[in-house]
Order: sequence, then structure tokens, then C-alpha cells
Amino acid sequence: MMDWQALNLSLLLAALTAAILVPVSVFVGRRLALSKSKSLPVIEALIALPLVLPPTVLGFYLLTAFGKGSPLGELWQTVFGHSLAFSFEGLLLASIIVNIPFAMQPIQRGFEAVPQELRDAAACSGMSPLETLWKIELPLAWPAVLTGAVLTFAHTLGEFGVVLMVGGAIPGETKTIAISIYDKVQSFDARSAAEMSSVLLAVSVTTITLTFLMSRKIGRRLS
Amino acid sequence: MTLFIRLKAQAPIPLDLSFSVEAGQILALVGPSGSGKSTVLRSIAGLYHPEETTITVRGKEWRDMAPHKRRVGMVFQNYALFPHLTARGNVCAALDEKGMDATKEANRLLDLVGLGDMAERRPAELSGGQQQRVAIARALARKPDVLLLDEPFSAVDRPTRESLYAEIEALRSELSMPVVLVTHDMDEAQRLADRMAVIDQGRLVCQGSLAEVALDPKAMRVLGLRQTGAVLTAKVAAHDTDGITRLAHPAGALFVPQIREDIGTEVKLRLLAHDVMLANARPTGISALNILEGKVVSIAFGDGPGAMVHVDAGGEILLARITRRSVASLGLVEGSPCFAVLKSLAIARDRVHR
Repeated sequence: MMDWQALNLSLLLAALTAAILVPVSVFVGRRLALSKSKSLPVIEALIALPLVLPPTVLGFYLLTAFGKGSPLGELWQTVFGHSLAFSFEGLLLASIIVNIPFAMQPIQRGFEAVPQELRDAAACSGMSPLETLWKIELPLAWPAVLTGAVLTFAHTLGEFGVVLMVGGAIPGETKTIAISIYDKVQSFDARSAAEMSSVLLAVSVTTITLTFLMSRKIGRRLS
Repeated sequence: MTLFIRLKAQAPIPLDLSFSVEAGQILALVGPSGSGKSTVLRSIAGLYHPEETTITVRGKEWRDMAPHKRRVGMVFQNYALFPHLTARGNVCAALDEKGMDATKEANRLLDLVGLGDMAERRPAELSGGQQQRVAIARALARKPDVLLLDEPFSAVDRPTRESLYAEIEALRSELSMPVVLVTHDMDEAQRLADRMAVIDQGRLVCQGSLAEVALDPKAMRVLGLRQTGAVLTAKVAAHDTDGITRLAHPAGALFVPQIREDIGTEVKLRLLAHDVMLANARPTGISALNILEGKVVSIAFGDGPGAMVHVDAGGEILLARITRRSVASLGLVEGSPCFAVLKSLAIARDRVHR
């Protein structure tokens, strides 16, 4: 049987993660693309860290940071009256952190691909940096922004290790579709697992294909 | 004085220069690549900040002004058109007007550069020369207090360049602001500019009228002997039927490949020093058509086999680069009468201008 509640939760988590992370990545990624700072490699390494760290390790650290003993966990408990760990908000925060490289890297590359001369030309045409971002850089870098958004979305749907560590598996709160599939397999319900897997597969294939189609269309328009 | 600039910096690009440009005047900034020409333009536009900067435009100090607040029109070497916008969109991007007014003004500017019927095309659908025209229209759209042209013709082929030069000349009435043109092409500078400044390693080597700079030995050293040539002023006397135009000059008639200017028009011609031969008697039985009578003013020897001879030809200075050996065998000294000999076909059309 299909676990609709888990699918809905996963879609909500993925949408919120992308919605928060993409605008942040646009501003930070653009800064990084233009930065000539000597500490840039260190910052880039920190951003890429979630790609190489085992999810369980990352999850462990996040759990520790969210827990009752930590300042963040304490603060959350006093302000909102419930724990950050094993809550949807905690899951969202963890999901944002895990997805930083998936959003940030393509977007940074996208801004790097915009020739500096065009920014100069925009400034000489009287555009402020914000206008330049809006009217010149985003229209040119937007396939990269879209890629960042879709990668974040798709990766959030599939994330397992970190979710298990910081979220537990509370139905309706932190039990995502990936966890639900795992549970079904554990309880020898292969049929349900197959059903849910195929739905997840279909969603993933559709979003990725749509992205490629759109980037291609935009790419053709610009070249 | 509408534009005054003084730049000073040690690193990363050493700079130490100052110059000024009047309204409506085109100053050609010439120098070898890496001499800092483009850096000067970028500094005026506010895209680069040397340690010590003074930029005064119409009495206002620009040093601390953000680039987008400066009224500067810049034409970039590789056009730098916005690829996602049409020709009209590119021009509109630099306009203060909004909506219908912007469209109208953009159309006027595109008409001005002869692209009225290409307004809807994107840069990728335009040729190099057409893109360059859009770039010029976009720079003018800014209603600039200073117009900066950064080697604007280096990326187009020769015939296109010719028509763009003509375009700029036709636009002169629109160019009421000081204009700085960066180039390494002396012919281009001669054709378009009123004044010239030569820079090398971030320093101003010399500046002045084209004729003055052409005779300056410091400029010669920077620009190379192959580019050295004096500028003479002559009047169009006749267009002969065999494709030769006769020019009247106090030192004698000059015959050049046919030019378009009307009879009576005053033209300037740049005669390259290495194209000029000298003789101590009027040569006969020679194919060269141009024989100018003059007198040796000075002879400068370098380290090599050559010598630069300054000849007074009807009150103007002509440069002739000949060998030391020829100087000796002709017995040339200061004050020697001599004849300068020059092939007509050595005087390329793009070295003769109004």
C-alpha cells in the first residue's frame, strides 16, 4: 500500500528546502563567483563537505547540535516549547545544510560563466549591481539556478541517512518516503516498497527531464 | 576643459599620467599592447581604481562615484552586448527613459547607426560590424558626458572597419562630449582623432596634434619605426581620368590613388618614413610620380644601419628613413638641398583624410 502521507511530507520538505536554499545560493554563489579572496578554496571545501561526509556522520553532528545539550537545541526548546531534533523544523534545517552543495555549486558555476565584460557593460549602461543581477546575470545564469533547484529537490526526496539520524521516523512529522520504503522492506512488504519506489522513480525522472529540456531551450535562445 | 584625468599607481599596473580632452574632441590614446591604454579607460569608467585618481568631468569629481552613476558611454573591444536582449533591448538597457519613450529613443539611435530594420534581432543574429553599431548606439543611449572607445574596430574585418569609420565621421555632430579612443593603429588614429596621446608602460610619452606626435622621436620609439610617418597638408587639385588624384603642395604636386574628396578640399596625408627615398638631384626616368623639393633640416642616427632624415618640404617637415650608407654617399648634411621621392601606390587611401 502506498504511504501517501510520507510522499506528501517528502514533497513538502523538498519544496521548502529548495525554496529557502535557492535564493540564498543566488546571493552567496554570485559572491563566490566574483570573489578573489585567498580563503575561497577553504569556503568552497566547506560547502562541498556534505558531498563527501557519510550521511550518518553528518547526521550525528546535526543531532548533537540540535539536541538538548546544545545552545541551539536549548534555545529552540525555550522559544518553541518542543525539541528541534525529531521535529519537522529540525528535519528541514538538516535538509538545507545537507543540500548546500547541490544548490550552491551549479549556481556558482552559472554566475562564473557570465563574462565579466557584461557586468562592466551593465555598469556603464547605468545599472546598479542589483539591477545587473536582475536584468543581466539571472536571465543568463538561470538554467544553472534551475539546475540547482531541481538537484536540491530531487536529492531531498532521496535523502535517507541524515533523515534517519535527526528525524527518527515519526509519521506525518519526519517519516519521509525514503524511510517509509525502508520500513516496508524491513517488514517484508515488497509490494508496497515496489509501488512507492516506482512513484519516487517517476517523480525523479520527470523533474530531471523537465530541467534538461528547459535548460536546453534557454541555452539555444542565448547562443 | 571637460575631461581631466590624473592617475598614479605602483602596482599591479604601474601608472603615472594625466591628460585632458575638450568637449567634442576625439583623443586617440595609442601605445603598444600592455601599455595601460585600456586601464586608463576602465579607470574613467570606474571599473578600475588606481591608488591615486583624479577624474574631473564638467567640473565634477568622479573619483568616489560608483560606475553606474557615471555618465559614461563605453564601447568594448568585443562589443559586450547582452546576448539575451534584442538590439533594441540592448539600447533600451542604457536609456533613462521608460516604456514608449525608451522604444522611440532606441529606434532613433538604431536609425542613426543604420540598423533601424534590425531592432528585433539578437546579437547572435547580427554580424560583427552590426554588433559594433549596436554597441555604439548603446553607448550613446547613456547620454554620456564622456565617450570611451576601447579598440572598437579591432575585431572586425577591413571593409567593415572602413564603413564603421565613415559611420563615426557621420556621427561627429552627435558627439558633443569628449571622446577617448584607444587604438594601436596609427591610420585609425589619424583618420578619426583630433589629438593623440602616446602611452607606454603607464606613462604619457607625448601628446599633441597628429603632425606634432608624428615627428616626436619619443613617440617613434614607442610606436616603432615602421609606423613612423610625417603628416603633410595638401589641397585636392584634380581627379585625373586614370584613377589618380593630384594634390597641390608648396613643395610640388602629389599624386595619390583616387580619393573621394572634392576639388579644393584640404586633406592630410601621412607619408611613412620608410616609403620615402631621397636624391640629391631631381631624378629622371623613374616610375615614382611624387618628387618633392626640400632641404635637410636634421639627420638622426640610431644604433642600426638606418638614419631618420627630417626634410623641410615647402614649410612642412617630411620624414625619410634611409641608410647611413646613403646619407654618406649622397653627402647629406644639415641644409643640403634634396628631393624626396615617393611612389603613388605607397600612399594608401586610408592615410589620406580630410
